[in-house]
Amino acid sequence: MANTTARSFLQVAATEEAAPPLRVVQIEGLVILKIIKHCQEFSPALVTGQLLGLDVGSVLEVTNCFPFPIREEDEEVEAEGANYQLEMMRCLREVNVDNNTVGWYQSTLFGSFQTVELIETFMNYQENIRRCVCIVYDPSRSNQGVLALKALKLSDSFMDLYKNNNFTGEKLREKNLSWVDIFEEIPIKVSNSALISAFMTELETDTPVRQCDYERLQLSTNPFLERNVEFLIECMDDLSMEQQKFQFYYRNLSRQQAQQQAWLQKRRTENMSRKAAGEEPLPEEDPSNPVFKPIPEPSRLDSFLITNQISNYCNQINGVAGQSFSRLYLMKALHDEK
Amino acid sequence: MASSGQTVLQFSSSSTSISARVHPLVIFNICDFYVRRPDQAERVIGTLLGSVLPDGTVDIRNSYAVPHNESSDQVALDIDYHHNMLLSHQKVNPKEVIVGWFSTGFGVTGGSALIHEFYAREVSNPVHLTVDTGFKNDEAALKGFVSINLSLGDQQLAAQFQEIPLDLRMVEAERIGFDVLKPTTVDKIPNDLEGMEASMERLLALIDDVYKYVDDVVEGRVAPDNDIGQFISETVASIPKLSPHTFDKLVNDSLQDQLLLLYLSSITRTQLSLAEKLNTAAQIL
Repeated sequence: MANTTARSFLQVAATEEAAPPLRVVQIEGLVILKIIKHCQEFSPALVTGQLLGLDVGSVLEVTNCFPFPIREEDEEVEAEGANYQLEMMRCLREVNVDNNTVGWYQSTLFGSFQTVELIETFMNYQENIRRCVCIVYDPSRSNQGVLALKALKLSDSFMDLYKNNNFTGEKLREKNLSWVDIFEEIPIKVSNSALISAFMTELETDTPVRQCDYERLQLSTNPFLERNVEFLIECMDDLSMEQQKFQFYYRNLSRQQAQQQAWLQKRRTENMSRKAAGEEPLPEEDPSNPVFKPIPEPSRLDSFLITNQISNYCNQINGVAGQSFSRLYLMKALHDEK
Repeated sequence: MASSGQTVLQFSSSSTSISARVHPLVIFNICDFYVRRPDQAERVIGTLLGSVLPDGTVDIRNSYAVPHNESSDQVALDIDYHHNMLLSHQKVNPKEVIVGWFSTGFGVTGGSALIHEFYAREVSNPVHLTVDTGFKNDEAALKGFVSINLSLGDQQLAAQFQEIPLDLRMVEAERIGFDVLKPTTVDKIPNDLEGMEASMERLLALIDDVYKYVDDVVEGRVAPDNDIGQFISETVASIPKLSPHTFDKLVNDSLQDQLLLLYLSSITRTQLSLAEKLNTAAQIL
């Protein structure tokens, strides 16, 4: 017995060194229920909370969580929030809950979670814990009988770039990073203790029709789609703004380069004539000249995030429309049969 | 009671008609605490949070464990812990107040009266929920109790635990799906289409059942039941009667709407990949 534990410790130590990539997030049914309760109760306000659990090799186990009070933009309240967090962790440790932060959860509406805030929070967490995850839950989609739970992390190459704040076109090409590579979705595995499993088997109602069936077979998806398209249009506007920014930048850049060329040309002919006259040539570079001041390149981060959002809306529209097809054909079949 | 002027032996009846509603999270929570209980502890106890609905039903929505020590005739509850945790919970959701307490084990035990007394000081008429984690009678026994005072005039003689009906709100669990909450491991959360498929299969099975039943009745294999017949006819009648023409128009219109949206989203995606190429490839030499 002692032997096996010793070995497993050794194994753990060994894996620690190798640091295998995070493959699966294993989440307890309890945590799912807690997250849903918190997010649903406060919907449409967006809420967050802390995830507690263990980091075991390539699996991140999420065994408990607790909600954060709704955040306010006040210094004092923020300090209180930190106190709350410590207090809660201390209390939970006393009843033997895993007392190790592994990330946070947050609610979202219509899957619009790809924001700079999320990236910033992630970087903050990442500083303290090597491996962390963000679980996103979408209450607006759960009305359609879908368990809209996602585990996300930022990709390593993106984090590198973000740390150096290097979102120029050149760097991105170098790293071969495109907007798809910002977020990585990690597959979620659900686990329940044997006790809970026994209880649920016992308490499961034996009705042939479940609540989620009703919701899945709802014919009216239009409000959801409408909102989605609305958001999509907004995002498209934002994206075109971003693109205009780039166009502006490129136009300025090419104008500047033309000016530089013209100046060089002038300087060379001048030097030529000076040489002919036996004078010292003037230097070919002149940093004080405003023509050589580099124009800052706008960051691509925003446009990447917007692109992510848009693609997310597209996916949702596709998914929901696809389901509507099935429903419509089902309805047609029912009607015909009658 | 005192105003009646007579000394009557009676149960105070104020709390006889209440019932409690238990959300699945509470059960999950309690089970988790029980699994994580300290070494020697035989049971775990804790506080139930929720609210009392206008009709007197106690809505139990949340819970947390409170460390305690129990010997044969003494119970020590960590009251500080209880208050700290309560404060923390109230910061998140001020609407949830103490409604009672829980304990694992089958039914009420000796120490329960003492703990109940403590909670009675925190809130009037606390509910005591017991969860039989030992499966004593081979079933998952969940029981709710309230305490009823036996009094002689003004004098309190004893308290009795009276069982109250429990309403398990399994709708929320259903919404997530028992396929996720029941087994000990699920490899993957079902996505939209898989869920849809499962629902449709269930619907199909139900329709088959109804078919079979109706056939059986028609052929005289099963005795007809008027109630079931009524239900079936109501169900069939609930499909709105539309002329084939209007129905076709309705379906086709919706189909076209969806197709348009699909088209739009595909175009958007194409646009995105194009924009990406242009944005990152554009370079002035």
